[in-house]
Amino acid sequence: MKEITSSMAGTVLNIMVGGGDEITSGQEVLMIESMKMEIPIESQIEGKVSEVKVNIGDFVNEGDVLLVLE
Amino acid sequence: MKKILIANRGEIALRIMNTCHQMGIETVAVYSDADSDMPFVKEATYAFNIGEPAVNKSYLRSEIILELAKNEDVDGIHPGYGFLSENADFARSVMEAGIIFIGPDPDTIDLMGDKIVSRKTMLDAGVAVVPGSEEGTSTLEEAVRLAESMGYPVMLKASGGGGGIGMVRCENEQALAKSFGSTKARAKAYFGSEEVFVEKYINNARHVEVQVFGDNYGNIVHLFERDCSIQRRHQKVVEESPSPFLSDSAKQKMYDTAIKAATAVNYRNAGTIEFIVDEQENFYFLEMNTRLQVEHPVTEGVTGLDLVKWQILVARGEKLPLAQTDIQQKGHAIEFRLYAEDPKSFLPSPGIMEEFTWKEFQGIRVDAGYASRSTVTPYYDPMIAKCIIYGDTRKESLERAEQFFKGLTIKGIKTNAPLFKGILKDPDFINGNYSTSFLTNKTLITE
Repeated sequence: MKEITSSMAGTVLNIMVGGGDEITSGQEVLMIESMKMEIPIESQIEGKVSEVKVNIGDFVNEGDVLLVLE
Repeated sequence: MKKILIANRGEIALRIMNTCHQMGIETVAVYSDADSDMPFVKEATYAFNIGEPAVNKSYLRSEIILELAKNEDVDGIHPGYGFLSENADFARSVMEAGIIFIGPDPDTIDLMGDKIVSRKTMLDAGVAVVPGSEEGTSTLEEAVRLAESMGYPVMLKASGGGGGIGMVRCENEQALAKSFGSTKARAKAYFGSEEVFVEKYINNARHVEVQVFGDNYGNIVHLFERDCSIQRRHQKVVEESPSPFLSDSAKQKMYDTAIKAATAVNYRNAGTIEFIVDEQENFYFLEMNTRLQVEHPVTEGVTGLDLVKWQILVARGEKLPLAQTDIQQKGHAIEFRLYAEDPKSFLPSPGIMEEFTWKEFQGIRVDAGYASRSTVTPYYDPMIAKCIIYGDTRKESLERAEQFFKGLTIKGIKTNAPLFKGILKDPDFINGNYSTSFLTNKTLITE
């Protein structure tokens, strides 16, 4: 099981992928808003999304798991 | 006025409180759950929690803030900058409640808040604006046609935009086509209107603004210029007065134009007219900010005036304290916006600031929103403090600035202080030779 974590504390502004999606390394998967700035979260790994752990509007801390890949 | 509510947070809330307390006015602070330990909450005469950290659940809750103002029987509300400061409906509801809104007339806020309407207003008043579309551009075809007529590169901008959000530089038709839909979507999401327009992009432009002030008796004065060309992501980082680049004749022409622009809208209270200046010193109206600016201490440095005090005097119906000929620009002032961010990538760096200290000496003013052991949260903008340095000459204030940053200690979070050290060593900056693309074009941090 592989995980994609947040590189920064902030609010989830947008989720660009859903369960079952195949994602590639370097793909933007989420948008986090921190200090009035939009920060795209890029996947460092590739695989199939098995679970989206957050919802739009959720507050996440640095290191929180955002997506789980198979 | 005996009691003022400050509908803001951080350094600007503290700044406004200082003047209020000096004038014998009590202050009411409002704060979110994230800010309960902030210095401005402790400094206020009274402080009230108004909700959760997210701005739409606290600092933007106009009804709750107004209700509190009524219950606390305040005489005036100062909105600071950002948040509700340019919300005309809020200003109107404050006035309808019989409370003084410390700012301009709500109709002026409306007029200047829409970039397309404000461009038209200024054109009618005989003020040059950046060449561009006179109406909103609803289709890509129209945008492309306009861009071709004025020549690439162009800026695609949200009509309701501000703060550097919702604007994109487009080099060619492909770039314009790529950005058109996304800029409209962002404009809708951030400003509630998807209206966008096209403006000519001016190469090697400088951003120079003029502080103006008006009262209820038709008096309007200018308080000289601020050069705000050092920017990242279209947001100001360093501001100084006088501008090291503009000739005296261009400055005078710019002051006259600013007065003309402010007169055209019967401007009252503190306002700023922003201009884009090209290499030949031609300048064009960009926008008017109908509020106190972040960088107002630069003007306070060179004029020796207290702009918040002037705002309160005008709001309570007094005439401007000085006539134009009595307002002098003396020495040189420069402001550095200290941000909690990585100095190279400019990415935010929230966290606990374990230490935040500096050495005090002549010419140094630090307007800080945070103190040692403050937590810089991700909910608000990343500005921790403004460091304003004054000297008799530009050379002296730059030397003092260098000395200041050597004596500044911040631990626990990353800040852009190393960038300022780099800027202060850069020969182009030292010579006053810089444009808005200065930070994009240079590598100033070597360590």
